[in-house]
Amino acid sequence: MILVQEQDFDLAQVYQSLRQQAGDPGAIVTFTGLVREIYDQDADASNPVTGLFLEHYPGMTEKCLEDIARQARDRWPLQALCIIHRVGELRPGDQIVLVGTASSHRHAAFEAAQFMMDYLKSKAPFWKKQRGKTGSEWVASRDSDSEAIARWQK
Amino acid sequence: MLTIHYFASIREALGRAEETLALPSGVDDVAGLVSHLSAQRPALQALDTSGNTLLVAVNQTVVDRSWKLSEDDEVAFFPPMTGG
Repeated sequence: MILVQEQDFDLAQVYQSLRQQAGDPGAIVTFTGLVREIYDQDADASNPVTGLFLEHYPGMTEKCLEDIARQARDRWPLQALCIIHRVGELRPGDQIVLVGTASSHRHAAFEAAQFMMDYLKSKAPFWKKQRGKTGSEWVASRDSDSEAIARWQK
Repeated sequence: MLTIHYFASIREALGRAEETLALPSGVDDVAGLVSHLSAQRPALQALDTSGNTLLVAVNQTVVDRSWKLSEDDEVAFFPPMTGG
């Protein structure tokens, strides 16, 4: 299941859905990403984030997420997987992204979930703009995100 | 006609989200299109030469500057992705 949507998602429902799709899973991993109030460690702590706007490239986004899911299925024996990414206006504390995996064993479920998160952070066309009390700015990409991908290419 | 989309900081710098344009004569790859558009849009040239990374997708796949263009391609310009 791959969804790009403005509305929030319910972790319990996603978990049930993974469990039902999987058949006989021994392990289900879910990861949820949230909007932080202090977005960047280097950011001015006196200018907390008041909102986050998530822009994306409709069409290419879904294609990229499908491709990331296909790569995860090729690498690990998954019984089910799920990617949900929200777009539009979000606030601190809101859920942004969820990846879920179901497999017979935990290693595959953990690794595939981490792989999908690492890839979607810098390969899927989403862009964050954060708003603070003193204005708004586009979030810069991080070298650590590219390095996270390089780890899977060894 | 080429359909060109601009996203995020590129969209804001150029003040437009999309445009259509016939494949300019003499332009056959992404590098040529970037030069052509930059000549008309100083903001794009500034973005491309200021150390910012300007990514280009053709038909919704990220490509490098030597990628050959065809009439009717969908081209998109955007900064590095920051999802998740």
